[in-house]
This record gives sequence, C-alpha cells and structure tokens, in this order.
Amino acid sequence: MSIYDQEKALLAGLAAKETSAIETIYRENYAMIQAFIIKNNGYPDDARDVFQEAMIVLFEKAKLNSFVLSCQIKTYLYSVCRRLWLKRLQQQNRYFPSVELLKETIPVENEIEAHEKQTADFNLLEEALAKIGEPCKGILEAYYIQKKSMPDIAALFGYTNADNAKTQKYKCLLRLKKIFFAQYKNGDS
Amino acid sequence: MNNALLLDAIERYRNGEMSPEENTFFEELRKNNPDIDQLAAEHNFLLGELDKLGEIKAFRHSLNEVQNKLANEGILSENQGKGKARIVYLWNRYRRTIAVAASIAGIVSISTATIVSMYSETKNVAVITPLVDNKLNQFEHKLNQIENKLNVASVAASKPAPKPKLEANFRATGFLVDGSGYIITNAHVINNARNIIVENKKGDQFFTKAVYVNKITDLAILKISDTSFKKVTNLPYTFPKSSTELGEHIFTLGYPREEIVYGEGYLSAKSGYFGDTTSYQISISVNPGNSGGPVINKNGEVIGIISSKETNADGVVFAIKSKNIYNALKEVKGEESIKLPSVNSLKGLDRVQQIQKLEDFVYMVKGN
Repeated sequence: MSIYDQEKALLAGLAAKETSAIETIYRENYAMIQAFIIKNNGYPDDARDVFQEAMIVLFEKAKLNSFVLSCQIKTYLYSVCRRLWLKRLQQQNRYFPSVELLKETIPVENEIEAHEKQTADFNLLEEALAKIGEPCKGILEAYYIQKKSMPDIAALFGYTNADNAKTQKYKCLLRLKKIFFAQYKNGDS
Repeated sequence: MNNALLLDAIERYRNGEMSPEENTFFEELRKNNPDIDQLAAEHNFLLGELDKLGEIKAFRHSLNEVQNKLANEGILSENQGKGKARIVYLWNRYRRTIAVAASIAGIVSISTATIVSMYSETKNVAVITPLVDNKLNQFEHKLNQIENKLNVASVAASKPAPKPKLEANFRATGFLVDGSGYIITNAHVINNARNIIVENKKGDQFFTKAVYVNKITDLAILKISDTSFKKVTNLPYTFPKSSTELGEHIFTLGYPREEIVYGEGYLSAKSGYFGDTTSYQISISVNPGNSGGPVINKNGEVIGIISSKETNADGVVFAIKSKNIYNALKEVKGEESIKLPSVNSLKGLDRVQQIQKLEDFVYMVKGN
C-alpha cells in the first residue's frame, strides 16, 4: 500500500470516527506539534488544545466527499496547528516569534476561518441551550446529541409516554430556536 | 397546521422518514407558502447545527479518550520534561525575557561605566593646574625688551656685564640647594624649554642647564653654567629628616609676578592628589609662577616644593615632599657633586628676618 493509499484509508477511518484511525494519527503527529508549541512559547496543555482543534478541522474536511488530500496528513496538521497557534499568540498579545518555517506548510486560511465560524455558532448554540434551562436542555441533548430514542427519554425524564415527551421536546425546541436565532442574527449583524 | 406538527414534519422530512406522497405534498407546501418555507429552512439549519454539535462533541470525546489512553501508555509525554529536558524547555520558554533583561543590564552597566569614567577622567585631567606661568603677556615681553635696550644703550660704556637677552614664555620659581649653583625646581617648569635662565632678586640673570629631570616625581635640578655666577655659601635653610605634622605653619617665596612674593599657610594633609604619598596638601594662596618654590616651616626647614593646585577648590595646593630631593640627589651623585646645606640659620628668627635671609636664594626660573 502506498503512503497515499494509507493516508486515504486513515482519512476514511477518521470520517467514520474510528478510534484506531484517530489513534494512528495521534501517534504519528502529536509529538511534532507538541514540540512546535513548546518551542514557541507554549505549554503542553496548549499543544493538546491546538492539536484537537486541528483534528476537528481535519475531521470536518475528511467528512466531505469532495475532499481530496493534496498533501500529507502531517503537513496539513502542522499547517493548521501553526496557524491556530499564531492566532492564539496574537490574541493573547504575547510576543510572537518568527516561527520556524523549516517544515513545509500549505495555506489553510479558509479552513480555519470556516472552523472559527463553526465554533462561534456552536458557542451560540450551547449558550442558547444553557439559557432554556432544565429539563429542556437535558431532553434536547439526549435526543439530538446523544441520539437517544423517545421512549428512553420519556423514561429518563419521568414522562408517562413517548408522546408526552415528544410534545415537551417540541416546546423546548421552539424556545431554543427563538433564543438561538435572536442571538445568531445579532451576532451576524 | 400547528407548529408542533410542522416541526415534526420538517424533522421527518430531514430524516427521510416521509412517504413519497407526503414528501411531494410537503415540498409543494414549502414552494407555495414562503412563511412555511422560511420556518422550515430555519428549523432545518438549527437541526443541522445540533447534529453537527453532537457529532463534534462525540468526536472530541473520542479524541480525549485516545489522548488519555496514549498518555497513560507513555507514548505522548505531557509532562514538562525532567532534568535536561526541563532546562531546555525553560530556556526555550524564557530566553527572550532573559535576552531582554541581559540587554538592559548591559546597557545600564555600559552607560554607568561610561558616565563614571567620563566624570573621573575630567577630574584627573582638569583638576590639577601646574603653577607655571605660561602666559607671560606681550606687555611684559615689551617691558623686557625695552629694559634690555635701555641697558645696552645707556650702560654700554661702564658695565660690560651684558644680560642674556631672551624672550621668556614661562616663569616659575626655584631655589638653591647647593651654593655652587644648583637650583631645584619642578620638572614641568622646564618642560621642553630650549633655554633656561634664572634670575635672582636683584635682577641678575644666569644661564643654566638641566642636569636632572624626573617627570614622575616632577623634580628638576638646574646647574648655573654662567661664569658670572659667584659661588654663595651659608644657605640658611636645611632639609628635614623627620616627617612634618598636620597643621604646621608654612610659608613660601615665589615669583607669580616679576617680583618676589611671600605667602603663608598650613599643612592640610600628608598626602597629595588622589592619595599621592610623595606630596603634601597644603593650604596657601599661590598662583601660576609659584611652581618650584620652597615650602618652609617655622624652623627654616624646606619641607616641600610647590607643584600644583586643585583647579576647582580654593587653597588646595600640592607640594612635593623634600624627601624626593634626597632621592634625586642620589640619582645624580655620580655626575654632579651636590651637597645639601647642613647648618640652619633661620631657626628662632622672626618671619621678617627669615625672609630677608631667604630671598637671596630663591630664583625666578624662566626661559623658552
């Protein structure tokens, strides 16, 4: 199997959220990223955050059918991490060094921008979820995030039957929608 | 159609749970009813976001699991390193701070050193003024010339002793240490002079030559080479063997002007400028021209030779200890036979009498 095929298989595994694929990518790349972060004024914890962000970016990419890997996973991850870390240093107003450019990098601005937008949306959504309060938050999370079935949810939250729970869920969803879109539109304007 | 039903329909539509007829009906409904379409789009978006959030959360969860697993296996080292690795880590982390701190320290120390050295240099260079009068003005030159001409013109018939004709550009003081014509003065006085003449109180001038010059002790010995000089005896002063005490009253005779001038003061310190143990600090009023003058105590002993004064302070004058004269004499012993006077005839006299006895032996040193 050529390197290209190997990496393709890894990405397919990543898109399917296979732990083995994630683990392989971790094993092959984490040390490099950690070394880079530490060398450039960071802590190991920063490396963890940045690497996970980069993995999510890669994951989002891998899920797209149209995605064709134009370089090695290593290069891609390094480019994303480097960009993310520079941004973070700038935000913290820390002195940011002339980052070593020994390794090959590829332009990843668009991906990172999209990722940041997505993260912002998620934050809004989570804020909205927090605002609607329990049990709405619990029901919605159980149904949409943990993907539990309606009868399970009814049992979990003490509703007599699934239909009751479903009605409650719709009410909750409407409230969530109201709060979310109010903020979403504010945030956009 | 109420909202709950609509939401349910949208959800089923999204998940592909609708039958084909229902599907067509729903699409028709959206097409014909913009409000419902808008609602459906919003709802669809929200559900999409919720879906993605769920997915990312699940993904993050698996990432964390993998990371923790690998960390436990020791494959990913999350600690900050130990021993050398830690030092390297700390160095990498703080080297910029260290560099900045080091530069600041460097700049501060360099500038401090510069300021200090500049300050102390000016002290070293400018503070001491040798007491030679190098600024004999034109007026005095003219006077000398006229005097010489008058002498030549009027006295040509009677007196054959012609005075040396010389335009001096410095003037200082010296005094006899041996009646056969040895005069001691400062080395800086005769510095680079081609001709040196000495003149006594009466105005008799004699050519001299320097037989000893020591720029370190700042002493010079001149020998009168003129044949017209008559050997004198009974130098009234002596040179003390013992050291002198603080507060002792002293006086000097010198030529800050064309005429001999008396000055008195006291011994202020046993060392000179910057702790120089070869000289004394004395407090006395002196001026350029006093250089080389004897510093004499009340017993008529020459304790020193006036050499310089501190420019920025009043009455701080330095005199070379007469002990240095002994050393100078030792050095010229082979070539010149100089015998210091041994009988002191000034002791016990009052000051006016002392000066009367002394002034014949104090000479003006000048030349060019």
